[in-house]
Amino acid sequence: MMAMKLELAKNSSVLTVRIRQKLIEMAVPLLFLVLCGIGAYFAQLSPVFLINEIIMRMARNPLLVLALIIPVVAGMGMNFAITLGAMAGQIGLIIITHYEINGITGLLVAALIATPFAVLFGYLTGKLLNRAKGKEMITSMIFGFFANYVWQLFFLAFVGSIIPMRNEKLILSTGVGLRNTIDLAGIRQSLDNLLKIQVVQGLSIPVSTLLVVALFCVLITFFMKTKLGQDIRAVGQNMEIARISGIDVDRVRIYAIIISTVLAAWGQLIWLQNIGTLNTYGSHVQVGLFAVAALLIGGASVTKATIWQVLLGTFLFHTLFIISPVAGRNLVGDAQIGEFFRVFVAYGVIAVALLLHAWQKYASTKKL
Amino acid sequence: MALLEFKNISKFYYGNQVLKNVSLTVHKGEIHGLVGENGAGKSTLMNILFGMPVIHLTGGYEGQIILEGVPVSFRSPAEAMAAGIGMVHQEFMLIPGFNVAENIKLNRENTRANLVSRILGPKLRTIDVRKNRADARRALDRLGMALDETVPVGGLPVGHMQFIEIAREIDKENSKVVVFDEPTAVLTESEAEQFLKAAQKLAAGGMGVLFISHRLDEIIKICDRITVLRDGEVVASLSRSEASVEKLAELMVGRKISRLTVAEKKSGSQKPILELINFSVDMPGERVEDLSLKIYEGEILGIGGLAGHGKIGIANGIMGLCPARGTVLKNGKQLPLGNPMRMLNEGMAFVSEDRRGVGLLTDESIELNIVVAAMQSQNRFLKRPLPFFTLEDRAAIREHALKMIRELDIRCLGPQQTVRSLSGGNQQKVCIARAITLSPDILFVSEPTRGIDIGAKRIVLDLLLKLNREMGVTVVMTSSELAELRAICNRIAIVYKGRLAGILEPTASDLDFGLMMAGEYEQRGAAQA
Repeated sequence: MMAMKLELAKNSSVLTVRIRQKLIEMAVPLLFLVLCGIGAYFAQLSPVFLINEIIMRMARNPLLVLALIIPVVAGMGMNFAITLGAMAGQIGLIIITHYEINGITGLLVAALIATPFAVLFGYLTGKLLNRAKGKEMITSMIFGFFANYVWQLFFLAFVGSIIPMRNEKLILSTGVGLRNTIDLAGIRQSLDNLLKIQVVQGLSIPVSTLLVVALFCVLITFFMKTKLGQDIRAVGQNMEIARISGIDVDRVRIYAIIISTVLAAWGQLIWLQNIGTLNTYGSHVQVGLFAVAALLIGGASVTKATIWQVLLGTFLFHTLFIISPVAGRNLVGDAQIGEFFRVFVAYGVIAVALLLHAWQKYASTKKL
Repeated sequence: MALLEFKNISKFYYGNQVLKNVSLTVHKGEIHGLVGENGAGKSTLMNILFGMPVIHLTGGYEGQIILEGVPVSFRSPAEAMAAGIGMVHQEFMLIPGFNVAENIKLNRENTRANLVSRILGPKLRTIDVRKNRADARRALDRLGMALDETVPVGGLPVGHMQFIEIAREIDKENSKVVVFDEPTAVLTESEAEQFLKAAQKLAAGGMGVLFISHRLDEIIKICDRITVLRDGEVVASLSRSEASVEKLAELMVGRKISRLTVAEKKSGSQKPILELINFSVDMPGERVEDLSLKIYEGEILGIGGLAGHGKIGIANGIMGLCPARGTVLKNGKQLPLGNPMRMLNEGMAFVSEDRRGVGLLTDESIELNIVVAAMQSQNRFLKRPLPFFTLEDRAAIREHALKMIRELDIRCLGPQQTVRSLSGGNQQKVCIARAITLSPDILFVSEPTRGIDIGAKRIVLDLLLKLNREMGVTVVMTSSELAELRAICNRIAIVYKGRLAGILEPTASDLDFGLMMAGEYEQRGAAQA
């Protein structure tokens, strides 16, 4: 009897240690869960509206966040350069809009056009990051900024002047440069509407898009179990050992970035088909930042990320997205305040996560 | 027919010849021992065999390697491995986050075809986890290891890691030659025993084994043939029956630096100039724990011990380059730790073991390297023509540099030559010149002769002796080479597992030094008494 009690006590203490560890791991997501709860209380949104919004975002956003996982596993940190993937996706959209290829066919053609661009951009990014080992994150971020201005140069100055293009709907009235916003009416929600279930008035589930997201989750899980996936994990853990084992480290890292960029291109397509308009010079700008913030909020770190963290992070970050402007307006009478808070949170969480990572690294080198 | 043959291999590093016409042959089923002191050229020879990038980056090598009658020259380790040459490394090539089976099968995983791989290529074949585990299990069983193949390697004891590396070599189907680089250095006695049996099993299975070790008794126990390297040359190749521990030791050490001064014990001062009390240093790989030591004024104290036991950590800890705890008293006054500038100001100077990394500004001129520490810590070689503006005093720097170049006999084109282009020995002289420019009372010198040729070694040691005798500098010299410690030191402290194992006279017997470095001095001493 005594022994049994002791055994129980021992088990329960092991359990509490486990629970505590889990809690520490989950600290960031829990904090955001609390924030979402508080926000939801003050926002006073109708549950139907809130759930509808959340489901919609859970369909259109995760692929962009999923795009980050493989570079993290490859030890390259957060790939802020998925901006380039987003651009590749948008190139596809601009072309199908020009040729007026509509509906789900249009979206598929856009994906087909976007892919070679994404592969090329990913290859270039990978080449660059191989020359900046250990500083991949800041390099990818700056490369994203750089690419943004090349984008502007190309579509604002070259299209219509160097590259002949005539299309009243797309080109500015001066005949040079694309319009600020492009209406994607042709493909608007073409994927969402493929299979959509209306549950009640104001609440519908884009099953087709959710299925695509699920498919990519499965594909990534499968991919990590292939030879290339194993090589990526090995490179991520220790480049030196991987190299000595005969793995072509640089090539594996380029593969990781190419996959990330291609996923981002497709992710941007899914996102924009839901939004329905392309903000030519703005849609891609914050893609990297928001995806990284969502992943970190999900409890990932710059060295470890899982699919569950992608889904949880997307859920929390975008719930905050929906709630905070309304909560801000209700609390201080200004929606802008809530918006400020959300942007503050996005940048803040990235800064804190990076700081935590640096601190952990420092602690592990000190402790022997 | 010979399985693997090295023919007249020569290799230069930065103008230093590190291998001279080395030839050796490994036969099928043979265990071939390769012995030599640190720096005798064993690692370089293995790097050549494996086509390590460092060899190609430094201009390749001369001579020929013949594998099963075919001349080969590997451009990368991957090529060498593909040709059937395996290596068990001194540093473990294991990925801590992977489990045992994943490490054994690293980059040689069994895979299965799947729908995607049929379209997009073999890179996307699925990893066959079960088969990998079975293979790993078989290899471990052949070694007689009961280790679970599914546990992560991260937390395992080092002994196990060694066996995982060996299991990996066993598992390779096409392995022809396996190189063991000091495999037993990290093993306990019973593990070493088990390892030697495993090596014999490999050879019995028809592989050639090249076995590098410092433990001579092991070499004699299992090797069929033994090649001795010294200063990059093969000095002997013996069969097991011809070899004995004494003979090998003699051949390895050979012509040694003889004692320069015969125990001319200076002053006999018993006044401690520096005292360490319960001193600990967190230097990765060279930890010092709870060490207490007195350094007397005017002496040359040697610090010796095997690699990894903490001898390097002592000077780095005192000078504040690594985090340290404990008490350091200089002339009875306690000094703060972790503050290099303060230590320099207290009259202590340090010549680091990491010459290219910590010791020198390799792209700067000789003269700047000589004066930079004095400029920083003592505000010397500076002038202030205007308030708030400090300029270097070119004339004073040049004058001092020329004096140092003359006195230390630094072979160079002039004071403005960049340090990178100097040979190792001359770089070391620049380091020493900088240290004595600070006019220290205590000079710490770590591994002063590492990577420099034999003639230059002698000059560096002479220089240290001269500093001590003529300028009265207390010298604390850390070195892996016992012979050079015995050449110039008054006392030699031996460090074992981060603690002081004892202090010996330089004239003490080899046996005493050997036992102390192996941490067995006290037990054996007690047994004898």
